[in-house]
Amino acid sequence: MKHALRDAGLSALIALGLFTPLIGLVTESGDHGLELRARPIAVVVVVSLVFLGRLLMLTRAARIAVPTLAGPSPAMLRAGRAVAPMLLVFAVLLPFGGSRYYVDLATLVLTYIMLGWGLNVVVGLAGLLDLGYVAFYAVGAYSYALIAEHFSLGFWTCLPLAGILAAFWGVLLGFPVLRLRGDYLAIVTLAFGEIIRIVLINWVSLTHGPNGITGIPRPTLFGLAFSMDGGEGTFAGFFNIEPETIQRVIFLYYVILGLALLTNWFTLRLRRTPLGRAWEALREDETACRSLGINVTNTKLTAFAIGAMFGGFAGAFFATRQAFISPESFTFIESATVLAIVVLGGLGSQLGVALAAIIMVGGLELLRSFLSFLADQMGSELFAGIANELPLYRMLVFGVALVVVMVLRPRGMVSTRTPTATLAPLGGSA
Amino acid sequence: MAYALQQLINGITLGMIYGLIAVGYTMVYGIIGMINFAHGDIFMIGAFLSLISLLGLASLGITAVPIALALTLLFAAALAALYGWTVERIAYRPLRGSFRLAPLISAIGMSITLQNFVQVSQGARVKPMDALIPGGFQIMESDGFAVRLSGMQIMISITTIIILAIFTWLVTQTPLGRRMRACEQDLRMASLLGIDTDRTISITFVIGAALAAVAGLLFLLYYGVIDFFIGFIAGVKAFTAAVLGGIGSLPGAVLGGLLIGLIEVFWSAYFSVEYKDVAAFSILIVALIFLPSGILGRAEVEKV
Repeated sequence: MKHALRDAGLSALIALGLFTPLIGLVTESGDHGLELRARPIAVVVVVSLVFLGRLLMLTRAARIAVPTLAGPSPAMLRAGRAVAPMLLVFAVLLPFGGSRYYVDLATLVLTYIMLGWGLNVVVGLAGLLDLGYVAFYAVGAYSYALIAEHFSLGFWTCLPLAGILAAFWGVLLGFPVLRLRGDYLAIVTLAFGEIIRIVLINWVSLTHGPNGITGIPRPTLFGLAFSMDGGEGTFAGFFNIEPETIQRVIFLYYVILGLALLTNWFTLRLRRTPLGRAWEALREDETACRSLGINVTNTKLTAFAIGAMFGGFAGAFFATRQAFISPESFTFIESATVLAIVVLGGLGSQLGVALAAIIMVGGLELLRSFLSFLADQMGSELFAGIANELPLYRMLVFGVALVVVMVLRPRGMVSTRTPTATLAPLGGSA
Repeated sequence: MAYALQQLINGITLGMIYGLIAVGYTMVYGIIGMINFAHGDIFMIGAFLSLISLLGLASLGITAVPIALALTLLFAAALAALYGWTVERIAYRPLRGSFRLAPLISAIGMSITLQNFVQVSQGARVKPMDALIPGGFQIMESDGFAVRLSGMQIMISITTIIILAIFTWLVTQTPLGRRMRACEQDLRMASLLGIDTDRTISITFVIGAALAAVAGLLFLLYYGVIDFFIGFIAGVKAFTAAVLGGIGSLPGAVLGGLLIGLIEVFWSAYFSVEYKDVAAFSILIVALIFLPSGILGRAEVEKV
């Protein structure tokens, strides 16, 4: 106990040093340039939190069994098997029960789930750290927007094109770089993501620069448009119902649900092919792969291209849903969010990624709306303040979560994906 | 000609700042073989610490520029070193021997954390600051274009050279430097020979962070404006510098930094300012493809 107290005190002292200038002294613009404003209470609060947290960690660490890497128990596995079908049923039925707000939120969550599943092929299965995934998302979105603008093609024609173009860029970037060590790939993809964004901002004649592209056409249902006039050839006109915006919202929801499920199905099937096995082997040990005669570069390249293709699909959907895109939507923050979802969900686990996206994107948004609802009802300044600040803290939470997950459970918080095919343990039956 | 000379001066000044950051990348990579993504953000924190220190000293009445700068340098370097130590202790040390991607993901998480921590605590707005060191010399004039060497540029060059000289002495002449070089050559062998490798790695992070903080102070003085995002771009560029010079090689990092600074400045001057970051990032990709071991680096031998 005495030892723990000393250790916690030391941690608090370090925290005091770390946080006194950056939290305790805020630079604000005043009358004569920048001025400092002291915030002693905030420092005291943070430092005491560090002290208490460290103390708790040290005194209770022995008692809380950190979940081991051995995997979940059989009972949990059985329960886990029921989660996926339940989620699917819930997702299919959602538009019938939810208001427009929930359908919109679910569409957003599904977009992230699809991006997560796409990135999961690259990071989770093949073990390549891609920090510029948003670049392929951007390529997909801009491909659709530009093709639709210049050649007036519809969404369903452009969707495969967007995927192919994104995959093409994946190959183009991956081909020279994938021969290098894994860490280099991470930083090159990071740089590539920035390059794409800078080009999108500055190539004004093609992309309209920071103003973005407006009036991107909406998708149709077998040629039936979702327009408000309700005439011949529109969804409402064909079925003889009142045209309403919610119809298009729900349609878009089912489009992304279908796309996400397609991604999932495709990945699950791929994992069983020799290629999928090679990906997983690559993730575990690259040198062993090479000595077993697997063409490492080609294997990586296919993972990269397929991941990029799904990113492109998601991008095309994003463009058609928003009807407006600008380089603002494709910053590093998006890449980081998707990566956080994949890592938290458990590298390689499909269900884990879905759950992580629901919690990290949907959960935070619901929390925010709940807090602002409380603030409205009770007229409370405090809740309103927290609700407004919440989006600011989102990335902070993601960053901390990435570190914590890696330190505690490097294979993921929600679930674990071990290689599909493993060697039977020596002397035992498989 | 005069115009090119001016760009040369500007490029070298900028390159020195990149070189200081690149040394931190290359040292950490040399010892534990990982890219410390959070290093660019330590640089950003160093810049913020410098700004806070300068403002604090001004409000205390210490306005003599040399004293204020010296105190700020010490303050920022010491606290950034503490940040570097903490980052290593929390996010990297528990992961030694973990699976391949774990330290990388942890590092990127740390980078996001630091960036957003500063955004939340100090605000997202850019922070402007008045120039502290006015004046300068006019070196030559031709075709109506005056080549200037500003006091700030002289100060940046002198500071960088002094700091790098101290650092070189530290690495090549002291027992600490010998331990660091031993760890760089073979971590396991070094620990068998009685070197406290954990401690040495910690010290490496501390020194790298202190150098990054110096770069942060110089960046703040040179540009006079910072925000929470500067670490991202500067980090990637400094890493490019480290790769270009040969990762693991300390003189290479400085050389790479100078090259990147020159390329960026000349590109902005003769081609387009908008694409200067693209130019620097493209060099990273080109260097990795055609010159993966860098200008002064050794070819990497993969040990199993």
